Amino acid sequence: MGFLDIRNVTKSYGSVEVLHRVDLEAEEGEFLVLVGPSGCGKSTLLNMIAGLESITSGEIAIAGQVVNHVHPSKRNIAMVFQSYALYPNMTVAGNITFGLEMHGVPRPERERALRDVARLLQIEHLLDRKPSQLSGGQRQRVAMGRALVRDPAVFLFDEPLSNLDAKLRVDMRTEIKKLHQRLGRTIVYVTHDQIEAMTLSTRIAVMNAGHVQQFGTPKEIYDRPANLFVAGFMGSPSMNLIPATVAVEDGTPVALIRDEGGEAHRLRLSQPSLAAWAGREIVLGIRPEAITDPDGADRQSRNIQPLRARVSVIEPAGSDTFVATPLGGREVIARMRADATARPGEVFDFAVNMDKAVAFDPVTEARIP
Amino acid sequence: MSTLSQNPLAGPALRAAPVPSQETAVRTGRVTRVFIYLVLLLFALFYLLPFFIMLINSVKPLGEITGGNMMALPREWTVEPWMAAWSTAQIGVQPTGLRPYFINSILMVVPAVAISTLLGALNGYILTKWRFRGDTILFGLMLFACFIPFQIVLIPMARTLGILGLAGTTWGLVLVHVVYGLGFTTLYFRNYYAAFPTELVRAAQIDGAGFFRIFWRIMLPVSGPIAVVSIIWQFTNIWNDFLFGASFAAGSGAPVTVALNNLVNSSTGVREYNVHFAGAILAALPTLLVYIVAGRYFVRGLMAGSVKG
Repeated sequence: MGFLDIRNVTKSYGSVEVLHRVDLEAEEGEFLVLVGPSGCGKSTLLNMIAGLESITSGEIAIAGQVVNHVHPSKRNIAMVFQSYALYPNMTVAGNITFGLEMHGVPRPERERALRDVARLLQIEHLLDRKPSQLSGGQRQRVAMGRALVRDPAVFLFDEPLSNLDAKLRVDMRTEIKKLHQRLGRTIVYVTHDQIEAMTLSTRIAVMNAGHVQQFGTPKEIYDRPANLFVAGFMGSPSMNLIPATVAVEDGTPVALIRDEGGEAHRLRLSQPSLAAWAGREIVLGIRPEAITDPDGADRQSRNIQPLRARVSVIEPAGSDTFVATPLGGREVIARMRADATARPGEVFDFAVNMDKAVAFDPVTEARIP
Repeated sequence: MSTLSQNPLAGPALRAAPVPSQETAVRTGRVTRVFIYLVLLLFALFYLLPFFIMLINSVKPLGEITGGNMMALPREWTVEPWMAAWSTAQIGVQPTGLRPYFINSILMVVPAVAISTLLGALNGYILTKWRFRGDTILFGLMLFACFIPFQIVLIPMARTLGILGLAGTTWGLVLVHVVYGLGFTTLYFRNYYAAFPTELVRAAQIDGAGFFRIFWRIMLPVSGPIAVVSIIWQFTNIWNDFLFGASFAAGSGAPVTVALNNLVNSSTGVREYNVHFAGAILAALPTLLVYIVAGRYFVRGLMAGSVKG
């Protein structure tokens, strides 16, 4: 049993069920990220933890206490909203201490807490301003200050960075991570940005259409996605999902992939269990960074497969160069060193790290174990 | 067009083009502008003329009006008609002037405006931030108060006031005006609060503020513009109301509009037009004042409420 327990929770609006039997837990001090496309139910779930939405069935417990019918202000949580939700008529100081005032904390104690939080977030010079006089990044800090000052058991973040411009977003992301490392508090964080999910979390719940698709550490989710949805959603550029046929040669399974000319390329699979799929279709999942030029291949890998294919497009991105080649009816993206020598239209020797490849059942869309 | 030919960027094609007109979207021709101002001025004069006539005739002796030209400026200036209208003129049978009735109106309008605005704000807050099943239907029903002709409710209202023991009193009028003003004030505040982010209410809930605390500390402090709209609207309507005043508060409890009517319709003696004019201006003065003080907020608030809802 974790510090935050979400047990068999569903949410319905009338006869429409929008969250289906969600089971999640977070240990004390964990950074749990709920990630998924819009409308997947992640914000609804966060609001249910906060107590802003009722729970149709199941239980949510914080620190061992079931909070289904506990008022939001008594759940020992604090929330940072997407729009920051700063009270426009109050100063920064008033915004930060409003919650303490409502909880009957005496003034000297409130002011001490305010000073501590202002120092931590470096907003001491802003305390007398109104929210309308602040920049986006400053508002973000004040919103976090309002949550921090309460010193709650669980912090809830609802897409807190989505209103910031790209550079500031990366800076604030780092700051949130630092803050978590320093305070060691339990955080539940909602985002649709899979990079935020990967960089911040200790565990990720990938959600889609009201279902938790996979719940695990960032590494588990990245390396061993539970199904085609998770494989396609996490990672940028996303995982190459290539239709292939399994054959068995000399007792080991081999994937046959057809290129645009109909010619079959053979890639020896590292996963022995796939021998059982001989003669059947699978979807082969290979991350772009597992396809390189032969010199850039991972030396640790025990199964690098050569692949000669025509290059269709080159996209230099500065640090890396992305090389596209048509395989299995779609553009397969390879991530290469910036100085890789591939040219558009040429036939190029790729090296595929099959240790990193995963295979999916095209019918159930689940990963083949 | 010397400026054009001096422009080094102007190519041969541009130089060969016919001389363009001075008129652009922002610079209409001088003649057009003079015409527009002339028309506006005429309309302004047209609207100001009745007030001008009232004003000049309220400061001349009665003889100048009955014997001469209404449009002429007074030959002899006097404030006597104003004094008479305020404190000594015959209202019905009593020579009290408008003063006691003016006070009646204030005693009626201040609580009626305050209560209806506050309740409207509370309604708007509930209808947008504490939504419940059937709230839109309830709001739709409340809007009937905006469109119902008040003559329809005279008899049921008289009966209600009788049962409550408020017939013929100022508090009875306050109740009537609060009830029939609620439709408008609720409409104003509901539309204003609809554009107010609900996340703020949720943040306050998590902070531990309850229903009324959120209302007082979060919602009301940002309601300035729409409160001004509501106050002006309610003040004007209630102050100028004649029908309810005449129906439910005759005699010494009557508001100033009813008293003004009694002043003008007094059948004894000569008709003192100068006193009537002064009385009419006195009765209209408070609404005029409210517009001058808060008028610019009125337009701003109307716009704010109209964006979403």
